[in-house]
Order: sequence, then C-alpha cells, then structure tokens
Amino acid sequence: MNATSQQPVSFTQITDDILAPMWKPSRGYLLLLFAALSLAVVGGLCWLHQINTGMGVAGISRPAGWGIYIAAFVFWVGIAHSGTLISAILYLFHVPWRAAISRTAEAMTIFAVMTAGLFPLIHIGRPWLFYWLIPYPNERQLWVNFRSPLIWDVFAVGTYFTISLVFWYVGMIPDLAAIRDRSTGLKRNIYGLFALGWRGSGNQWRHYKAAYLLFAALATPLVISVHSVVSWDFAMGIVPGWHSTIFAPYFVAGAIFSGLAMVCTLVIPLRRAFHLEKYITLNHFNQLSKLLLFTSLIVTYAYITEFFTAWYTGNPIERDSFYYRAFGDYQTLFWIMTVCNCIAPLVLFFRKMRQNLKVLFVLSLLINVGMYLERFIIIPVSLTHGFIPNVWGLYTPSLYEIGILAGSFGFFFFFFLLFIKFLPVLPIFEIKEGFQPHPAKQIQEAAS
Amino acid sequence: MRAAAGVTGISSREEPLVQALERLRQRGYKNVQTFSPVPPEQLIEKPESLKSPVRAYTLTGGILGFISGLALTIWTSLDWPLRTGAKPIASIPPFLVIAFELTILFGGLFTLAGLLIHARLPQTAPEPGYHARFSVDQFGVFVPCENGQIEEVKQLFHAAGVEEVSVETA
Repeated sequence: MNATSQQPVSFTQITDDILAPMWKPSRGYLLLLFAALSLAVVGGLCWLHQINTGMGVAGISRPAGWGIYIAAFVFWVGIAHSGTLISAILYLFHVPWRAAISRTAEAMTIFAVMTAGLFPLIHIGRPWLFYWLIPYPNERQLWVNFRSPLIWDVFAVGTYFTISLVFWYVGMIPDLAAIRDRSTGLKRNIYGLFALGWRGSGNQWRHYKAAYLLFAALATPLVISVHSVVSWDFAMGIVPGWHSTIFAPYFVAGAIFSGLAMVCTLVIPLRRAFHLEKYITLNHFNQLSKLLLFTSLIVTYAYITEFFTAWYTGNPIERDSFYYRAFGDYQTLFWIMTVCNCIAPLVLFFRKMRQNLKVLFVLSLLINVGMYLERFIIIPVSLTHGFIPNVWGLYTPSLYEIGILAGSFGFFFFFFLLFIKFLPVLPIFEIKEGFQPHPAKQIQEAAS
Repeated sequence: MRAAAGVTGISSREEPLVQALERLRQRGYKNVQTFSPVPPEQLIEKPESLKSPVRAYTLTGGILGFISGLALTIWTSLDWPLRTGAKPIASIPPFLVIAFELTILFGGLFTLAGLLIHARLPQTAPEPGYHARFSVDQFGVFVPCENGQIEEVKQLFHAAGVEEVSVETA
C-alpha cells in the first residue's frame, strides 16, 4: 500500500505533523537522554581506565586475541547496513514504503558507524597511534600493507561513513529549508546555514534528483562491499571456523538482518511517541517484516551450510571446531543465538504477527541479542578452539570490556535521541510526494 | 543577470503554474524562476535540458578514484618492497579492493561537488520572488519584468487559474 492510497493529507499538515515533536523535550525524553549519556560516560571511564592501566584489564589474552571489542565492531557495522540498504537500494527500486523509515535508518547508519569506529581504537590499546593505519608519507618511508584485510577495512568503513553522511545530509537539505522558513531568530540562522540557501527552484530540484539517484547507485555496491570486507578480516585467516568462502554473503545477509531489526527497535517506539501512525503504517511494518524474515532464512541457510561444509570436508579440526560451537563451553550462547536468529523470526510467516507491533518489537530485541551472540561465537569462540589442544582456552570478558560494550549502546542512543529532537525523523518532501495526487491519476479518478 | 523586480504567481497546485509558464514562454519572457516544495513533475524553467550534468562529475570522480586507488597501492608497495605471503610486490587482486572503495568515495564526493556547483549552493543572497511558503505547501513562478509588463504578467497568471499573484519590488 502506498502513502497515496490513504486519506488525503495537506502538505502543511504533513510539515506540521513531522515538525511538531521537535525541540520540545518531555520528561521521559530527558530521562532517556540522561540514561544514554550516563551509560556512555560509564563506557568512557572504563576505556580511560584501560588506557591508563593497560590492556591487561581486558579479558582478551592468548588464545583469544580478539574478543568482544571486535565482535562489537562487526555488530555495529552490521547495524549500520540497513540505513543505506533502505535508502539506496529501495530508492533504486522505487519501493513506495521506503520514505516512512529511510531517514531514521540513515541516521542509525551514521551513529552506528561512529560507534563501530570506536572499537578498533579501543582494541588497539594505544589509540593515539591510530594514524598508523592510514597511509601517509613519513621519514622512515614505511607504508601500510595493502594486502591486509585490516587496511581494506579502514578504506571500506571510512568510505561508507563519508558516503552515508553525504547521502543523509543531501537528503535533508530541502527539509532543513522547510524548517528554516518556519523558524525565527537563532534557530532560523542555524537551520538556514545547513540548508545552504536551498530555494526549491526547478533548476535545483533537477540537479538534486540526479545527484540523489547517483548517490543511491554508488551506495548500493558500497553496502555489499563493506561487510564483505569486514568478513574477510576473518575469512582470510586460517583459523578453523573462519576460513570460508561463504563469509562475504553470509556476513552481508547477517548485517542487513541485524540492521532491519534495529530499525524496528527504533521506529516502533518512535512512531508511538511522535504520533506518526499516519505516515508509518502497519503495512510498512508488514513489508519490513517480510525483509526481516527473508534475511533470517538466508542467515539460517548460512549457519546450516557452515556446519555442512565442516562435516563434508572430512577435516577433523574443522569438524571439531563446529562441534565445539554447538556442544562445547559456549553452547548456551550458541543455542540462544539459534533461537533468536533462526527460530523466533519464523513467526513472521503469519501476517497477524507481522503487523503486531508488540511482537515485532520483542522479536527485534531478540534478533539484536542473537546477532551480537553470532559475532561473539564466530570471533573469540573460534579463537579459543584452534588447531592444537595445547592452545585451547576459555575467554571471559572482563567487567571493563562489558562496561565499554554497554557504553557503546549509550553512545549510539545518545546521538539517536539528539537526532530525533533536532532533525525531522521523516523525509518531509518525500512524504509529501507520496501523498501528492499524480496528475494522470487525478484525470483517471475524474473520468471514473 | 538578476532582475530588480517582477511578479510571482503562487498556487497550491502545479498545473495552473505550468500553463502560465507555457504562455510566458510563448510571450518571450526569460529568466523565469520556478519554486516547489516537492520535486516538480513539469514545473521546470528549462524543460529542454532535463538531463543534469552532475552525472559527468560522478563519472570523472569514479575514474579518478579508481586510478588513485591503484596508483597509491602499487606505488607504495614498490616504494617499500616487502614481500609477504609469497605474493608479488604489486599484488593487483587485493589492491582492487582499495581501488573500488576509492572509486565510490571519489565518485560520491565529485557528485556532491557537481550538485553544489550546478544547484548554486550555498546561496547567501535572497532569491527574488521566493516566499517561505514554497518550502511548505505552495508552488511558485517568478517572472522578472519591467514596470510596463507587470499588468500583462498578472493577467496571464489570473487567466491560467493561479490562485495568488504578488508584485515584488526591488
């Protein structure tokens, strides 16, 4: 169902409805903001302690050199995927329900990449030396190793952040102009500055539409490439459980799956708090749920394929590695992951469940948990059970690691909460376009 | 050249202004400016030039990005020839990953530059004939004209069914 098939809504009302919840923080909002900030501060203090004391305060040690920091990096990059997926790919395919969630999803991308970007800095232990990852001319004539997937990551994630930010900002320019024109004083000046003097002239719209389409066309292969590159951080290694050719599509599907779940987690309460039921309809959630179900089935298929290939190789080490995942020390996490990512989403086969927002919200939380666990099981659990038994071990995250992980959620939600109060959560002009009766349709209606 | 004054036709629908625009063109009015809160279907100043040159920027950026990516990786590898993993010093397959990312990065940034240049952004001077309602719910056409032409343009707007006509002073 398209927006145009609903009750006619005037352009003024659309603008009013979308801008109404901005700038006026309720007590509940302030409490949430404070909670998110507090969590971020706790994470920041844990990181400060780690920098001050040394990496010994983290649980990562031989044999698990990569722990929950890298799992969190992959998790947050995965979350970042759906923003650009919804915006770019659905834009290219002219999917009518895209506008209802695209702005929120794009914002989620930006904040999730910002959060993900913190983890390599946290993980390297000496964050002030992060610039060693960047190729720059230096006295020793040393250059980075471009054959390493870790350097590909720097370029992939850096490009993804830049293009997503540009895509998000360009998409907002006409809306910022609408806010400017309805504001006075300092607010008008600030929004006017970011609207860049947009006037909505025919000439501006012509170039704008062309540029937006091109951004979408550029961003689409980028979405696929970024998580493929992230997956190669592992697949290029010979660790049992990592060294697999299916990692790129498996990770991309998982990233889209977790990103869509996070979109549901964010949009369902937002829709209710901001009274946006008119613009984000149950049908939109129905469509979103179908995508969620589809990606869940791909992820399930990937899990099965991983186990099948491990068995089919006949390689005892590979077989043992996967047996350990399901029945070893971390089996509880594995089975929780399976229930969250493979079993629970099956309820979405039923239309009633796809349109039941309580079910969908709980399910989205379960998937978020399941997808974090998936990364945990792939990364440190594989490392604790390598080729020879004398290097096997157990990895238990320290309190500081858990504090930093919790802090990352605070960091993400703090920025997201700021976004919903200072920027329009729906693309105003695209929603207007959806409600605009098409001239050909008007003639058809008049004739009938 | 920016006109000192003119007439603006304002309407909540696009169609009357499209009609007015057509008649204005027939009468030889130039430098007409259109405004709309959503991407217009037909309300465009120069319908003959629908294709935007922004795509040329994207292509240029993409090609430059690809060449830069390959040049950076090959040159730095040759500058510090460290053989790892029994691979050639200039290993093209992994370098294509960097070249691909820079293709997208440069393509995107060049697209942004093309948009800013051709849409004339940022724009600090006030646009003649622009009303704040154009970003919310009204469509508009501004015609720069001399004092002697004002009545003719107003009549033209009214005849096309334009809801509101406003005379802009310098």
